[in-house]
Amino acid sequence: MVQAPEGVEGAGFFATSLEKVVGMARKNSIWPLPFATSCCGIEFMATMGAHYDLARFGSERLSFSPRQADLLMVMGTIAKKMGPVLRQVYEQMAEPRWVLSVGACASSGGIFDTYSVLQGIDRIIPVDVYVPGCPPRPEQIIDGVMKIQRLVETESLRRRDSAEYKAMLNQYGIE
Amino acid sequence: MEGTGLEKTIGVLNEKFEGEVLHAAMLYDFPTITLKKDKIIEIIKFLKEHPDTHYHYLTTLCGIHFPELNQIAIMYQLHNMVSGERVRLKIYLPAEKPEVPTLTTVFAGANWMERETYDFFGVIFTGHPDLRRILNVEDMIMFPLRKEFPLEDQVRDDKNDTMFGR
Amino acid sequence: MEEVKQADQAYHYQEEEKQYSYLNLGPTHPATHGIFQNVLKMDGEIIVDAEPTIGYIHRAFEKLSERRPFNQITPITDRMNYCSAPINNMGWHMTVEKLIQAEIPKRVQYMRVIIMELARITDHLICNAVIGVDTGALTGFVYLFQQRELAYEIYEEICGARLTSNIGRIGGFERDFSPKAWEKIHRFLKEFPKVLKEFESLLERNRIFMDRTIGVGGITGERALEYSFSGPNLRAAGVDYDVRVAKPYSSYEDFDFTIPIGTNGDVYDRFMVRQGEMWQSLSIIEQAIKNLPDGPFHGKVPDFYLPPKEEVYNNMEALIYHFKIVMGETDVPKGEVYHCVEGGNGELGFYLISDGGRTPYRLHMRRPCFIYYQAYPEMIKGSMLSDAILTMSSMNVIAGELDA
Repeated sequence: MVQAPEGVEGAGFFATSLEKVVGMARKNSIWPLPFATSCCGIEFMATMGAHYDLARFGSERLSFSPRQADLLMVMGTIAKKMGPVLRQVYEQMAEPRWVLSVGACASSGGIFDTYSVLQGIDRIIPVDVYVPGCPPRPEQIIDGVMKIQRLVETESLRRRDSAEYKAMLNQYGIE
Repeated sequence: MEGTGLEKTIGVLNEKFEGEVLHAAMLYDFPTITLKKDKIIEIIKFLKEHPDTHYHYLTTLCGIHFPELNQIAIMYQLHNMVSGERVRLKIYLPAEKPEVPTLTTVFAGANWMERETYDFFGVIFTGHPDLRRILNVEDMIMFPLRKEFPLEDQVRDDKNDTMFGR
Repeated sequence: MEEVKQADQAYHYQEEEKQYSYLNLGPTHPATHGIFQNVLKMDGEIIVDAEPTIGYIHRAFEKLSERRPFNQITPITDRMNYCSAPINNMGWHMTVEKLIQAEIPKRVQYMRVIIMELARITDHLICNAVIGVDTGALTGFVYLFQQRELAYEIYEEICGARLTSNIGRIGGFERDFSPKAWEKIHRFLKEFPKVLKEFESLLERNRIFMDRTIGVGGITGERALEYSFSGPNLRAAGVDYDVRVAKPYSSYEDFDFTIPIGTNGDVYDRFMVRQGEMWQSLSIIEQAIKNLPDGPFHGKVPDFYLPPKEEVYNNMEALIYHFKIVMGETDVPKGEVYHCVEGGNGELGFYLISDGGRTPYRLHMRRPCFIYYQAYPEMIKGSMLSDAILTMSSMNVIAGELDA
């Protein structure tokens, strides 16, 4: 059951601030884009399964089209050949968008310190939450999604217009 | 059983390609034959079609770089599933200009294996239908599995290498 | 006569200038399991040609293993075919044991067989569940993944990890299977056959599934041998080659099992071959448990196997060995060795050249997925787009093994 936000309750009405209501609605209906490349993708499939159900957090509908997705879950090693593809997918996503980097390889290159592996996706796209592990247990992935939910709930609705956010995107060269 | 496999193969080779065999031995349980590089494709085709040896299956092919000898070796492994015999053929190419004819005319499965060897070592397989890089980025200029190429990503600057160096 | 011929030619079908469309399938695509790209040249809905591009997850395993001591290469082999990681680990351990010519006790070999067959079951579970999903049958996926959780629990009891297990050591196992692990294995053997039977009854004689899969993506036995296929794909095409029977390793000759073979090499045959292999694996595990001999759980490999902690704290020699093994400064004989095991996808081979140093001089992994994926354009010529997706998922292409 989802908890109602704090507010003033009376006979037939409930008053709270708009941000809280919108935050509550947003955080319980995130549509993820699973960008599964390797072993962490199999742990994600286990997370979506019946044992560790991710759908109870509102992520029932996986969107494979970036335009319709809210959360980009990058799971697995990103090689330098794959980097431009990931960047393109991120740029195609519409605001508001969050990025969850699952696994050691996506967060920092993992055990593969080689010439062909991108040492962390935060070299090309901004990341909100990192989930370490090789591969992380489904409970850890769910913990990462719950931290994203906290971000979704508490961030301002017009985050995309704030100067801080724009400065960060400029750093990555994203318009 | 394995010993006679090596002798049988050498006997079959000596029928037509006497003098091409440089060295033959049983390594661990695998007959290994080192050959001269000029007629390797005809030799493999001959071994594939000869009724005594009939090595009709190409298990794998890969390259090996020896910087001290300045040579790149190509290793072919063939397999006869009916009799269960395997053989390993090795040829040595000079490292400055490693060229050898392609095996795709004999085995269709050698296509990607040769592209991988080209990608990693720079070995040119003449006559290959589509020789370009397969695993690395297309515009890479170095051949990464040669010994002089470094393993790590050179762009990274946050690792401390004083204790266990790169 | 001449008029008839001319009239015939007038009616002769003229090939119009065809306009082909190019469809880019991948690298990120919901239906492709793993990242590889196919540019399909299509004539309407029919595929005329395909050009695959791989390498989007190239992690340079072969170069990486030239830098790592033999014990540290096991985690890398995990990540090749990550659906059945224990088979890769055992294959690598057996390769090193062949190089140093170590004697492995029977009990260890039987324990390895149990783990490898369990891993084979989990690999085929994913493949068959995904074939079901690609034809639209989503139920089987959810049921079978629940059973994979039981197998994960067994791995966790034995080695601590679920997926990329790094299971076993060079020489055997680090500890004997605990009573809890045996309890979980027995629970798996009791519960899994019922679920597998249920899954089979959903799809095996299902009219829609059979219409979707029979005659789709077929390849003949001769063409498959030309392309160096191995594993379930080759057996579905009619060639009975299985490394466990042709060149038995780890006491496989003691077990009694059959090899399922298909006839056409199409998607239905591959599905049924994998189903049959899962039943055979269950029977092998039961035989192994019944005939498990007593004995030590590791061989005598002092150069690679860590001595027990009590000895390390009390005995000088054991302390020195422990230090040398952890730092990777053990002596390895020079030589070149090739060892192959029957992986989930076929003949998984390790070609190891050692020059006496602490790391391999060259390690080449013969990855079955990489080799048989070359035949994919030939297999989908003339079929429709959904059939191409089905062919790809029935070949069990795992991106980690494709690119290494």
